Amino acid sequence: MKVSAQEVQYIAKLARLEIPEEDLALFVRQFNDILGYAGMLGKLDTEKVEPTAQVLPYGNVMREDAAGTPLTQEEALSNAPAQKDGGYLVARVMEGGGV
Amino acid sequence: MALYNLPAHELGNKLRKKEVSSVELTRGFLNRIAEVEPEIGAFVTLCGETALESAALVDAKIGRGEPIAPLAGIAGAIKDILCIKGVKTTCSSHILDNFIAPYDATVIAKLKQNDAVFIGKANMDEFAMGSTTETSYFKKTKNPWALDCTPGGSSGGSAASVAAGEAAWSLGSDTGGSIRQPASFTGTVGLKPTYGRVSRYGCVAFASSLDQVGPITRDVTDCALVLNAISGHCEHDSTSYNLAAPDFTKALTPDIKGMKIGVPKEYFGAGLDKMVEEKVRGAIKHLSGLGAEIVDVSLPHTEYAVATYYIIAPAEASANLARFDGVKYGYRAPGCRNLIEMTVKTRTQGFGNEVKRRIMLGTYVLSSGYYDAYYNKAMKVRTLIIEDFKKVFGKVDILACPTAPTTALPLGSMLDPLSIYMLDVYTIPVNMAGLPGISLPCGFSGGKPVGLQLIGRALDEMSVLRAAYTYEQSAGFHKTAAPLGGVSA
Repeated sequence: MKVSAQEVQYIAKLARLEIPEEDLALFVRQFNDILGYAGMLGKLDTEKVEPTAQVLPYGNVMREDAAGTPLTQEEALSNAPAQKDGGYLVARVMEGGGV
Repeated sequence: MALYNLPAHELGNKLRKKEVSSVELTRGFLNRIAEVEPEIGAFVTLCGETALESAALVDAKIGRGEPIAPLAGIAGAIKDILCIKGVKTTCSSHILDNFIAPYDATVIAKLKQNDAVFIGKANMDEFAMGSTTETSYFKKTKNPWALDCTPGGSSGGSAASVAAGEAAWSLGSDTGGSIRQPASFTGTVGLKPTYGRVSRYGCVAFASSLDQVGPITRDVTDCALVLNAISGHCEHDSTSYNLAAPDFTKALTPDIKGMKIGVPKEYFGAGLDKMVEEKVRGAIKHLSGLGAEIVDVSLPHTEYAVATYYIIAPAEASANLARFDGVKYGYRAPGCRNLIEMTVKTRTQGFGNEVKRRIMLGTYVLSSGYYDAYYNKAMKVRTLIIEDFKKVFGKVDILACPTAPTTALPLGSMLDPLSIYMLDVYTIPVNMAGLPGISLPCGFSGGKPVGLQLIGRALDEMSVLRAAYTYEQSAGFHKTAAPLGGVSA
């Protein structure tokens, strides 16, 4: 099963990335190399095998619903690329306009 | 031997005997960094000023006659994936190159309680995605044993800093071998603890079901000391074991009589360098001579581990790295007209190609229509890999094998992602099963260190450390310091 350049572009879009046209062929080849290699898993019969998502013997881990000491507003905003009125400032959600 | 080449426990003894002060020791490391860092490139950020302040506090404690913790006053390097409050935490990525952590990772808070000194943040593959430290946005790190070679990765800066005498100990993180493989390449001791033994809070997430923080040190004793300092339950990490950690220094007894050590045949197959095989087999013979019982075993699904990993780890990474969108912290692409454009441009400009490749692979294997064929399939094969280990650990106490199929490779020699991924063929299965694994030096090939890997049952770091300590004390390879480029052996 080969992944096409169009599919790689579509996946990039889903992942909110852009692959420049000049890098596309390389990405497509590497994508197919890796997925081709992963294809070896198809040799194994896993019909009756349960999947493992994580290895700990725990399910949900709950704690008391008690308030801790969160970051202050100033600390939480200290790395913000842009801020205004104590909040994060971002580009417009709707088309047009800029920051 | 120069102080900067001594293990942390010996430096600690000198502090307690007042033969040297922590400020003097720390200045010694800073001088060593000034001397060799232009060649090695192990650090992304240096913390000289705060390191000296921490050192002065320890000296004051010693002056007042107060007892000090084993690592107190001893300089360590911290992989730049771990948050230290007020210090840049970049993951060696452009997208985080201005991020100043507003809180301490749990392992950092614990080390601070032990009065440890942080000398700097160590270079790494971008977001720990790589096996040579070459995907770092900032610089290439060089191997102190051969300056034209990679120190391994992704914790290459952590390993190189210890091997070059720029730090007495370091912390790395290991998702598919990122502590053990660089330890192998640099003649240091690197331990990946049992998944859940050490808190991941404040360790920037790559693949959450596989990531684990652990020590890279000069010898096994230091490894136990650092593990003592960082282990234990953490309320901020729901995947941390709700168990008190044992005193790992109790494992430091040179006695493995009757210990059953399994040798998995699949770890000695095609692709293993002949000299590496010879040294590792020699080490296993040495362990036998020290009283261990050697048992041939099989882990039949080993050959599927790399393929399984390169589905599961990118899948988890694609979800974890969705948070980097230029909104709350990190790089933001300038001049964008709307939110979507801002997100896309920020990520496109902020991430390097290996990170993009893995995010996209993860997005693909989780996408509708491919989830069952790839992700669900890989999770099932993960179960088979875990069952392999369960079966052999019914027969043996630990496993012995190579850490990596080769010694350190020349910088720039690995161009194809798939061949880089194969460097982790012997370490990846251990992460899949969440087991503890250590790498320690077992000889040299062409002047470059060879690593022996010992793997234990979940939560049985004690047996791993005991076997490692017994071998190390008898074989003595930990005593050779890196020549910093002048290769000979």
